[in-house]
Amino acid sequence: MPDRAQPILDVQGLKTVFQTRGGEVHAVNNVSFDLAPGELLGVVGESGSGKSVTMMSLLGLLPSPPADVRDGTVMFQGRDLLKLDLRELRRVRGGEVGFVFQDPMTSLNPVFNVGMQIMEPLRKHMGMSKKAAAARAQELLELVGIPDAKQRLLDYPHQFSGGMRQRVMIAIALACDPKVLIADEPTTALDVTIQAQILELMKDLRDKLGMAVIWITHDLGVIAGIADRVIVMYGGQVVEHAPVRELFANPAHPYTRALLKTIPKIHGAREKRLTIIEGQPPILNAHPTACPFLDRCDVAMPVCARKNPQRFEVNAHHDAACFHADPLEVAHAG
Amino acid sequence: MLTYTFRRLLLSIPTLLFIAFVIFMLLELAPGDPMGQMPLTIPDEVKQRMREALGLGEPWYIRFGLWLYQFFVVEPQYWIDSAFGTNFADGKQRIISFQSRSPVFDTIAQRLPQTLWVVGMSYVVGVAIALPIGIISAYRQYSVFDQAGTFISMIGFSVPPFFSGVLVIVIFSVQLGWLPSIYDTTHQVVDWETFKFQLRQMIMPVMVLALQTTAQVSRYMRASMLDNLGQDYVRTARAKGMSESVVVLKHVVRNSMIPVVTVIALGLPAIFGGAIITEQIFKVNGLGQLLILALQGADIPMVMTITFLLAVLIVLMNLIADVLYGVLDPRIRYD
Repeated sequence: MPDRAQPILDVQGLKTVFQTRGGEVHAVNNVSFDLAPGELLGVVGESGSGKSVTMMSLLGLLPSPPADVRDGTVMFQGRDLLKLDLRELRRVRGGEVGFVFQDPMTSLNPVFNVGMQIMEPLRKHMGMSKKAAAARAQELLELVGIPDAKQRLLDYPHQFSGGMRQRVMIAIALACDPKVLIADEPTTALDVTIQAQILELMKDLRDKLGMAVIWITHDLGVIAGIADRVIVMYGGQVVEHAPVRELFANPAHPYTRALLKTIPKIHGAREKRLTIIEGQPPILNAHPTACPFLDRCDVAMPVCARKNPQRFEVNAHHDAACFHADPLEVAHAG
Repeated sequence: MLTYTFRRLLLSIPTLLFIAFVIFMLLELAPGDPMGQMPLTIPDEVKQRMREALGLGEPWYIRFGLWLYQFFVVEPQYWIDSAFGTNFADGKQRIISFQSRSPVFDTIAQRLPQTLWVVGMSYVVGVAIALPIGIISAYRQYSVFDQAGTFISMIGFSVPPFFSGVLVIVIFSVQLGWLPSIYDTTHQVVDWETFKFQLRQMIMPVMVLALQTTAQVSRYMRASMLDNLGQDYVRTARAKGMSESVVVLKHVVRNSMIPVVTVIALGLPAIFGGAIITEQIFKVNGLGQLLILALQGADIPMVMTITFLLAVLIVLMNLIADVLYGVLDPRIRYD
């Protein structure tokens, strides 16, 4: 377990609101988490739970308007990223924090060759000459396992397959030796074998380069295989946070438990239908005053409709935003 | 790419022959008589002899064949002769205008500079203004600038040059007296003063025509930019820490230019056609004016030749647009 005393990234009370024609949408509500150097933090949750928006908010990558990062602090290397001006923030983007996006088919610029796209951050952040940047770009392509790297630098994105393009994206994100790599569903658009290759590559690179990784996904299988620690998001909030083994062995939030139940099992008797979580995720048009999971929860209590639960400690490294984890409430109900 | 270009060039030959045939037949079927503007005192038999002297007594296929021969063989031979002092075209008949009785190409060569100066310049100015407007309008969508740009484009689209031309003449020539209302074709640029005069007499026709070009091209550019600004690769460029100017002017504009270049290239032939109405208003005796006078006088060789030259340019610009498309977009492969 990496050292958690000195987190490289410490997010506290992040709140992001979208201004839409139908009113405000509270996409991220009071999200807090930290990331230790060299750690791989998994972020899971269904679509619309605020995973991507949270990570984009950290670096101001959301278009504003409509997005508005209202509250919170994002401490990175002794600075609050939310308070940096755009010029300093650009130095962090691509330089100290790398980003890999979901869809490798559209994330690369189709009219520039990949060499130029990898060299761009190198020249900007590291001030490399064209020659040095080209050499480094070739090195990076080799690092992410693209054969014949020197030739491939001159190729355009459409000449690469999906998996190869995602490797190029990873090479771009890694270009300037970032301290943190944020991977936003990097394998979702890929088929399963390619997904496995990319996962192996990432684990390998993390060990080699020692950077911290935030891995966003909605695939618990991926998380189980790769993460050190997991946060589960629901309705724009962190509902559970635990080391990966602890989370799978002892889930404390009803949403996490429901999520784990939805994983189809290979062994044992075949079920007639896949398990689902009944109901819809909440519409986040106001700051939540009740537990966001209330409507879909099978163990809801009267208190859940009155208050939005804070994150209660389950044990030393494990917390859950559920009144069932609140010792006071459990004692009261009992 | 080279074989593609070559194949397209070969293919354009039958296309152009067919176009020549259609133009010829249309002119053949159209009413009108080259002798229509002759004085009424000339007896009909004399007029009939004059028609026959112009070759109108021959059947249409002979005349069409002769025109093709003159256009594709005699005229090039004549140019070669005048360039290298050879004498291939000796004794061969060039295409002659019914009205002026002088070679059609000589008249065109006289008129072309005026048209290129005024209409060509208006196109350059129009595109040069349109591209930044399109880029800024899209980047700041729904801003005051964008709204103003939309408004001006609307004016450019909906106000015809015969109105805006007269309007600027009334304002700047009649009321304010700043600019000459008539374009002086005989004016020679020899020094700074004459150059200034040339600029002053060009301003109004150029602006009237540029307004139309700007309206069109800026709309295309804006739409194309908007398509691209929302793309994932733009987010990637920002996530790499690129500055907004690099993101927009390099990544987005390069992609947005692909369809716009086609529009610009396809608009080019229209320049050589001259701006018929605007040239009339400002008395610029360019190709547009030449064409309209030739039409009125049933000057078939002149109309035929100018129209066909336009067709050649359109076919050529289509080809150039396609080739440029392949150059700008690496995903396009023609071979």
